[in-house]
Amino acid sequence: MKIDQDARYSDEHEWVRAEGDLFVYGISDFAQDQLSDIVYLEPPEVGDVFEKGDAIGVVESVKAAADLYLPIGGEIVEVNEALVDAPEVMNSDPYGEAWIVKFKASDAGEFEGLMSAGDYQKYAEEAHE
Amino acid sequence: MSEVLNKTELNQWHVDHGGRMVPFAGWEMPVQYPTGPLQEHKVTRESAGLFDIDHMGQIEVRGPQAEAFVNWLVTYDVSKMKLLDAHYALFCYADGGVVDDLFVYRLPDPQVEGQDYFFLAVNASNRDKDVAWVKSHAAGFDVQVKDISDETYMLAFQGPRAPEIMDRLTNVDLTRVARFTAAQDTIFNGVPVLLGRTGYTGEDGFELFLPAEHVLKVWEGILKEGENENIVPVGLAARDSLRFEPCMPLYGHELSPDISPVEARLTFAVSFDKAFIGRDALLKQKLEKPDKVLVGFELTDRGVAREGYPILLEGEQIGFVTSGMFSPTTSRYLGMALVPREHASIGTEIEVQIRKKTTRAKIIKRPFYVPAYRR
Repeated sequence: MKIDQDARYSDEHEWVRAEGDLFVYGISDFAQDQLSDIVYLEPPEVGDVFEKGDAIGVVESVKAAADLYLPIGGEIVEVNEALVDAPEVMNSDPYGEAWIVKFKASDAGEFEGLMSAGDYQKYAEEAHE
Repeated sequence: MSEVLNKTELNQWHVDHGGRMVPFAGWEMPVQYPTGPLQEHKVTRESAGLFDIDHMGQIEVRGPQAEAFVNWLVTYDVSKMKLLDAHYALFCYADGGVVDDLFVYRLPDPQVEGQDYFFLAVNASNRDKDVAWVKSHAAGFDVQVKDISDETYMLAFQGPRAPEIMDRLTNVDLTRVARFTAAQDTIFNGVPVLLGRTGYTGEDGFELFLPAEHVLKVWEGILKEGENENIVPVGLAARDSLRFEPCMPLYGHELSPDISPVEARLTFAVSFDKAFIGRDALLKQKLEKPDKVLVGFELTDRGVAREGYPILLEGEQIGFVTSGMFSPTTSRYLGMALVPREHASIGTEIEVQIRKKTTRAKIIKRPFYVPAYRR
């Protein structure tokens, strides 16, 4: 299981990374592995505003659909449209090419409230059992 | 609440080889192996895949009136079947609804020289119901019905390379075993096997029936024999997508007590010119045309239309999805649905309600993938 040390994590297995005054968001390696082969991504739209914990979109694998939750409230400023055309990249490069959205946080302080990479590693290992 | 799941003889093998085990029809079965369902699907279409399907059930019908009895139970006219023929058929209720679908084999009886008997391969989810159904109709017929599911192991070996790989393992010349017929042989130093040239993937290949105690040797032996062809074990997820593309119905989805073989467009497996349970209702449906029929559709916009999602026409619900998924071979988002006959023509524009969104779709020709035996 790969962990991006620069990211922080939600208990729904999503990652968030700070990038200038924006945040980047995607799903973790654990999440993509659990979902298995991903075949569809329904992202939000630029300009959509979400509260912390809102469902912002859906990812579907061969067998199941899963909601995407934004662990920090904010406004979507960019959507990875290339990922909509190639959702399988979420399986191969979940922390890199497969970022899903960039957003402007309503309260950037919420970022510190997410799990650190180290805590998330333990959390995901326990979830695996 | 936790259900106690049955385990096949290969359960530990699956676990040891990274099989992701899930509950299915009362069994713990691998939904996929580490390479994932899309790869398992692709390898089966291009080379071959091996499937543990021991959860399926097998019933033997023997006796002087076996043929008459099986013919009363199933939709297809088994009197037309020669020795070692295999044919798809259905058990129906009197109202034409489906009890289960199955493969019927007519086999030589090893116990009585010159006699034959019938061997029925049924779905895992319906095994107990089917055994009870068959037994409940046996009164008045001189037959013996036996559930041999426990001692019989069932594997499927499917794909364009499966026949040549299997042929290297058998004494029988498999090039002489035609589609929808079977051969009895021994493999791997004396393991008796019934090889049916059938399957449920749209590919050429076999379904194998053998004594359960020998399965590990056979499973590993076939995988080894096919190493150069890069064959793989295949889990439930790819088994579903492989049967979906050629539009082969799955009980509980395209078939149920509420969906008849006429509605599911399976009349090739229904012999209307003989008596069987459900015949009158099905014949009436066929002559008067069914109110609803099974169709195939393609989403015009991206999306995954899952089972149960509403089908809309100009905003009004007219039906529901029976199966839907991303089709790996065609790279399209496809589905099957039950809709009123008047809205079933190819090209009809419909919508699928996917969560809060309606997604545009179009009724297209079935099957989505032409099975090998029709090419």
